[in-house]
Amino acid sequence: MSHSDLSKSVKELINSHGMPEREVYLDGENSGLIIPEALEAMVKAYMSDGRGHPSITHLIGWTSYQSLYEATENIAKVINCSPDEIVYTHSGTEANNLAIFGSVGHSPNRRKVLVSSIEHLSVIFPAEKLRKYGYKVIKIPVDSEGFLDIDFLSKHVDGETLLVSVAIVNHEIGTIQDMRAVRDVVRDKDEGVLIHTDACDALGRVPLDLKKLDVDLASFSSHKVYGPKGVGALYVREGIKLEPIIYGQLSTQKLWPGVENVPGIVGFSKAVTTLYKSFEDNFRRMTSLRDKLITTILDSIEHTLLNGPTGIKRAPDNVNISFLYCEGEALTVDLSMRGIYVSSGSACTSRVLEPSHVLLAIGRKHEEAHGSLLMKVSPFHTASDIDYVLSVLPESVKRLRSLNPVKPSGR
Amino acid sequence: MENPDAEAIAGSLACGDMIAIYLRIEESSEKIVDAKFESYGCAANIAAASILTEMIKGKSVREAWNISWRDISNELDGLPPVKYHCGVLAVGALKRAIRAYYEKRSKPEWLPKELTQEEKHTLEEETLMEILANKMRNQKQLQNE
Repeated sequence: MSHSDLSKSVKELINSHGMPEREVYLDGENSGLIIPEALEAMVKAYMSDGRGHPSITHLIGWTSYQSLYEATENIAKVINCSPDEIVYTHSGTEANNLAIFGSVGHSPNRRKVLVSSIEHLSVIFPAEKLRKYGYKVIKIPVDSEGFLDIDFLSKHVDGETLLVSVAIVNHEIGTIQDMRAVRDVVRDKDEGVLIHTDACDALGRVPLDLKKLDVDLASFSSHKVYGPKGVGALYVREGIKLEPIIYGQLSTQKLWPGVENVPGIVGFSKAVTTLYKSFEDNFRRMTSLRDKLITTILDSIEHTLLNGPTGIKRAPDNVNISFLYCEGEALTVDLSMRGIYVSSGSACTSRVLEPSHVLLAIGRKHEEAHGSLLMKVSPFHTASDIDYVLSVLPESVKRLRSLNPVKPSGR
Repeated sequence: MENPDAEAIAGSLACGDMIAIYLRIEESSEKIVDAKFESYGCAANIAAASILTEMIKGKSVREAWNISWRDISNELDGLPPVKYHCGVLAVGALKRAIRAYYEKRSKPEWLPKELTQEEKHTLEEETLMEILANKMRNQKQLQNE
């Protein structure tokens, strides 16, 4: 199907969908709203002091450099690192790729990489690519709530190991890992092993202090903190020598050539500082909305399973529930018609659906994974938004279940 | 449907794709007087099953047998390639239901003994899942040994 055909049918789809009377966007996992202050800062940068190339010698270049530096300084303050330790990319995916492929340059003789089995695909796929180049790539198993098997890690990490990559917060099921345990085990075995953490889903959700965290590499993504799309960042601890993975004209940063997206970075910085300014309030608000969603759904809808842990070991924004006997993708479409936007762990794009690798890794069966919904609350949602979702969801589930040839009672 | 004259299921919960077809058939004329479906799957799966039941109402069993997944796709103004299998599964379920109908009756000469493409694909999809799951288990073991 060509792009013009596709665009025509998408247009028709939008027309027949119609405009729902009320909308609640809970798909922060796949990008969404932008904090108004961040957008304002970005527009201002585009219109005045961030519109130029930050390494060119004229006034517009210098003001752009200044905007870029200040934005970086503000981010560095929040996550407690030096501005020199931040490399900008254009997405979290790119930051993860730089971390994995770039680390090859740090210790070329180490040929073993360990990643958790529930990492984002932008970590899993680069790691699997390294396997093709002769690297030994081991996936660290997790338990039924997504917590890393630390003993397994301890058994397999050694002097041959180049890199260990474990996300602080899992993007799908919200598991908050014990990074101190990861670090202690790895450092205890061998001081030369690089530790990378994909922190895209941790930023804004948990307190982040890179000095205390004591990792070598950490990835961030702007749109996951309600900043503009098209900005990612990799923290590279001072002294770590990564190899660039793309080449071209260098500007202010050695590891990622090309013109920096200064307005985007300014917006990203504003989003980060705005979120952390009211971190406590945001955290409390998200946790209460999250728990209202989870407990009401589990209490009022039969045959539901919570994926991931509960309480303080779960990210405050993450709700992931499997609705058995109900296919997830159909549910996202049904909910969309009622103005509720969520995503599913089932992607129907092939004859045999490949459900989320995260849900399979925590031991969910295929049919349990197919019925999963991922909802992410934000500090900008209200209790009334959640009430609306809870007033619509049970009916949608009931409707789709009534269509299913297999009924919950079994047949 | 209460006491259908024929019914069949294609697909499985594990594949994330399942369609059941129920038929009410008038014995003397061999006409499908009513058809119902049940579905577990994405929106395209539901749409394919639903439109198929609309298409076969009032048709003779033989006419219904000759409907292909492409007819379903055309009726829906074109299924995208990644959703072709939804049409295939719907036809697979219908053909199974028709075969079930003739199980206890004398088989008409137009009903082929060998499985059609759609029925083969449906079977493949049902067994592929099991093969894949086994493969994944083996790979996992290899990786972590």
